[in-house]
Amino acid sequence: MNCKGVIRELSNYIDGDLDPAVKQELERHLGHCEDCTMIVDQTKKSIEILCDSKPVELPSEVRSRLHAALRRKIGPVQT
Amino acid sequence: MLDAIFITEKGYKPEFWGILSSLSAPNPHRLPSSVAREDEHLLVAAAKKGNATAFEELVNRYEDKIFRLTKNITGNHEDAEDAMQEAFLKAYSHLQDFHGDSRFYTWLVRIAANESLMRLRKRRPNQFSLDEPVEGDTDLMPRELEDWDPSPEQRYAHVELQGILAEIIDQLDPEFRIVLILRDLEELSTQESAEALGISISAVKSRLLRARLKLREKLNRHFRRGTLN
Repeated sequence: MNCKGVIRELSNYIDGDLDPAVKQELERHLGHCEDCTMIVDQTKKSIEILCDSKPVELPSEVRSRLHAALRRKIGPVQT
Repeated sequence: MLDAIFITEKGYKPEFWGILSSLSAPNPHRLPSSVAREDEHLLVAAAKKGNATAFEELVNRYEDKIFRLTKNITGNHEDAEDAMQEAFLKAYSHLQDFHGDSRFYTWLVRIAANESLMRLRKRRPNQFSLDEPVEGDTDLMPRELEDWDPSPEQRYAHVELQGILAEIIDQLDPEFRIVLILRDLEELSTQESAEALGISISAVKSRLLRARLKLREKLNRHFRRGTLN
């Protein structure tokens, strides 16, 4: 497998979605290609950082309007 | 499309049920979701029996994440709010059609993604299409190759990093952005994402690859060794 092949299979490799033979071929390439290894590692890291991002807090006025709309639809909530 | 998803079980194509049954399939590359809670199915069951408090608790639990989703897809505050509100209202209206084949949250994400897409298409009818053919791989090779620190994210304060990520996501073309959000942020499987967007699995994979490469390239400008904060 060449560098182009690695990039083409990058997502499948990261997702653990590769056929074992293709995975072995890809990892053999990574064993001697620093550039591809760097791209794989940095892409994994990028996804990790994205996954770790926390949702922004819902603005209070948006939240109030949402709950008001829900109450109009489903009726008052017993607390 | 959304209404078609929610009609009663009668009349669905077999592949739709196959997709539903796969909704809870684990994703190999990610950590266990912090969203799933053990009592979720109890709340859903109570809400289905008409307990408004239980439904409101589900809303409280997921409103932040659903707003992030609708905001990331639409890129517009007003549309994001509309899409979120409509998603929760539709979820309530169609609660009886949710059979627990997937997590409630995943089901909700699919509704919210559809609501967001409808608004995005309305706002930018000529600017993007998810139906375009899958692109070739001629221009995939990354050009910017530089070392990163072992934990590059530590160079930034949490808020600053969130800002960088938000800007990067916003800069991505919508067709790539949406797939990245559904797969990597909202943790839908490839099949779920394809179903939610009405595109093929190969189109999801192709767009995801491009989006991830683009994300790396853009983060590289912040994370490469020697870059000043």
